[in-house]
Amino acid sequence: MTDTYLNLVNSGLTRKLARRLGLPNPAQLRRFRAGQPLVDGPVLVLAAATSLADADDVARTLVSWDLDVRRDATPEDTYAAVVLVLTEIAHPDELSAPVLAVGRMLRTLAPAGRIVTLSRPAMADDAPALAAARQGVDGMLRSLAKELRGGATGNGVVLAGGVGVDAPSVVGALRFFLSTRSAFVDGQLLSVDTAAGTFPDDWDTPLAGRVAVVTGAARGIGAAVAETFARDGATVVVVDLPAAGEALAKVANRVRGTALQVDVTAPDAGERILDHAVSRHGRLDVVVHNAGILRDKLLANMGPDQWDAVLAVNLAAQLRINEQLLTSGEFTHAPRIVSLASTSGIAGNRGQTNYGASKGGVIGMVRATAPLLTAFGGTANAVAPGFIETDMTAKIPFAPRQIARRASSLQQGGQPVDVAEAVAFLSSPQAGGIVGEVLRVCGQNLVGA
Amino acid sequence: MASAPPNATRSPTAPRPAGRRAVVVGGNRIPFARAGGPYATASNQDLLTAALDGLVARFGLQGEQIGEVAAGAVLKHSRDFNLARESVLGSALSPETPAYDLQQACATGLETVIGLANKIRLGQVESGIAAGVDTASDAPIAVSDGLRRALLELSRARTAGQKLAAVARIRPKDLAPSAPRVIEPRTGLTMGEHQALTTAQWGITRAAQDGLALASHTRLAAAYDAGFFDDLLTPFRGLTRDQNLRVDSSLERLAALRPTFGLGLEAPATMTAGNSTPLSDGAATVLLGSDEWAAAHGLPALAVVVDAEVAAVDFVRGKDGLLMAPVFAVPRLLARNDLTLADFDFVEIHEAFAATVLATLAAWADEEFGRTRLGLDGALGSIDTSRLNVHGSSLAAGHPFAATGGRIVATAAKLLAQRKAGLVGSDAGRPVRALVSVCAAGGLGVTAILEAA
Repeated sequence: MTDTYLNLVNSGLTRKLARRLGLPNPAQLRRFRAGQPLVDGPVLVLAAATSLADADDVARTLVSWDLDVRRDATPEDTYAAVVLVLTEIAHPDELSAPVLAVGRMLRTLAPAGRIVTLSRPAMADDAPALAAARQGVDGMLRSLAKELRGGATGNGVVLAGGVGVDAPSVVGALRFFLSTRSAFVDGQLLSVDTAAGTFPDDWDTPLAGRVAVVTGAARGIGAAVAETFARDGATVVVVDLPAAGEALAKVANRVRGTALQVDVTAPDAGERILDHAVSRHGRLDVVVHNAGILRDKLLANMGPDQWDAVLAVNLAAQLRINEQLLTSGEFTHAPRIVSLASTSGIAGNRGQTNYGASKGGVIGMVRATAPLLTAFGGTANAVAPGFIETDMTAKIPFAPRQIARRASSLQQGGQPVDVAEAVAFLSSPQAGGIVGEVLRVCGQNLVGA
Repeated sequence: MASAPPNATRSPTAPRPAGRRAVVVGGNRIPFARAGGPYATASNQDLLTAALDGLVARFGLQGEQIGEVAAGAVLKHSRDFNLARESVLGSALSPETPAYDLQQACATGLETVIGLANKIRLGQVESGIAAGVDTASDAPIAVSDGLRRALLELSRARTAGQKLAAVARIRPKDLAPSAPRVIEPRTGLTMGEHQALTTAQWGITRAAQDGLALASHTRLAAAYDAGFFDDLLTPFRGLTRDQNLRVDSSLERLAALRPTFGLGLEAPATMTAGNSTPLSDGAATVLLGSDEWAAAHGLPALAVVVDAEVAAVDFVRGKDGLLMAPVFAVPRLLARNDLTLADFDFVEIHEAFAATVLATLAAWADEEFGRTRLGLDGALGSIDTSRLNVHGSSLAAGHPFAATGGRIVATAAKLLAQRKAGLVGSDAGRPVRALVSVCAAGGLGVTAILEAA
């Protein structure tokens, strides 16, 4: 789906006109291309005074990626990214200096720049000042992200107690947020819960040697996930309804994977998926629950047809398939489950009580499923897309569609590949320490948390 | 033996070489459409390429160099002289996959399976894709012979005078296009009229034909509902099931149809549009390989292609019915393999017409026919309908001529693998076999034995 407005404000005369009128000015987002630099310019590492040791470790990681790392801000320089290390702050007073230092860099932040904070979560048993400082980072980062323009984003990694800045998932999340793979992820704080996970042999193909199943893969986000997985080195099994087989076969042939026509609501869907993956490809490592349907109705008008169908496809099928995978004894090689949630399951959406229940349910499901997988080095997480340009959202009438697109910090809808990048990250070996979390891919939608 | 009638059953001759096995790995077809339906604007190459690409997707064969692809069509444009190879080039297979065209009327699809299985057994190839396609919607229409001769002469003409003479030969009647018709060139009768003669000869009743047609629809619909075709079929152009399949068919509705064939015969006309196959568009493929090839690719072996037998009958002088050749092929096939009709879990007889199947069964069950025509001691035997076309056949699915063999073989192979997997106890080791029989224009019949791998 083409965003005509986005193209107009980025070209020629209409660009000038839009500027004069003070119209929203969404940027063309830079997305991942093989061979592009991880960060296109110098990276400034700033830290609170108490967190300098962690900042040194972070800087060493960035240097190991051949990035141009600076520790002191030079006002005339343009930075492509700023990493703000706040892991050891204990009092809100400590925020002032490093946060204001970031502020001085913002005017010269490069287009599509990146701000990434590293901090720790506020807990109920923390000292009040400690908890205040930590929670303060949350509000600061979300507000900062809303200031950014030109396709720049601000995100944070939240390290659970005992998780160091060198943990695979901290490093992996930092790299994801710095890279173009996170183009449409903005204003998000992603928790790293444990030091589990492993570094990939090659950061460009983190899924090499892995066998992944993607449901609902015939089109839209599912097809994009399949393509992104193949690019990242995975062997992909694409699954969709038998009736969607024509489009599914095209996706399978594009990603050089195999097509499996099965209705995910079939009682034995999990067994058939596992049997196909193991017999054809020798193993099953990653399952992406992307298949989903919409049956929008106000609750006042809703019948069992709309409610039951949505819950059956979007939630019950995932639960049943997971159970079959978990009891099979085959899903034990650092397995990954990634489920598609939705911002509707977080913030709610009028006319979507059924959909919201299913997507909220998915968030609860991954939270409770992930701990069942950690013994095998596995995890389960969810990705919650905001407004994504797909066949589904193309059916929204013009005016509401325009509003939905602009109602985010990035002032545009995301592309299916943006969701796919987040799914691929959570499926990667380096994401093993992210346990039962939800990552929003919404351009910092103004609605919801 | 010298007095044995032509086409009689021979006793087993030389033992067959104990070569390696050729196995059916799986199949893929597109749903069959009625002529003029959703595939009306698709060419044979479009349909075959779609079926091949679905097979590639199902089995992960992108870029794979298959040993050979054999495919054919019955209604074929002259430009499609390399239909199989051109379809391969348009597919996701390796462009280094060789291919050849084959044409044996309605037996084309089964004959591609047999030919490639033989190559695999001989070690000439490790893998093969047997396929067939037909479109009655996009049938070739040729210019008349008069116009064709004049145009050829014109192309050879050098002088203006010669050119003028060539053009002057064209008569108005030459301008009428010549569309292919489903008639026998030597008798001028349509296939339906030929079958009507056989139907009358064997006294096949209207009720029996309608009953068989209804069973075909009911069984095919049930197989779809059970998900049997989920891994045998890939939708095309919005069609997800065979268009000809009627879920609301009934004996009453079938009985209400007017006969369309055999109207000029003394016997009552019994063949209707309901118990005859419609003109159809579609394509089907079967993936074959050696056991080693299948294992190396992590692919299953559903069934072994055991043996095949071909026969032809002298229908021109009326000695046998046009579509009765399988009646003679099967006894020879059984004798060579030391089997009887009772040794088959499944029998697939292509439903060109319901009456074709019923006449075939009648001939096999006939004592005198068995003695005098088949050279047996008595009747060949009978086939319980619980083993016959258990998931329906051409009456319900439709019959894109060359695609039917692939449809039947892939269906039978999956049935065999399922049946074998379900055997328990002392039964578990027994062989599970399917007999496949396809009649064809020109008085041809091609038959084969499959056995669960």
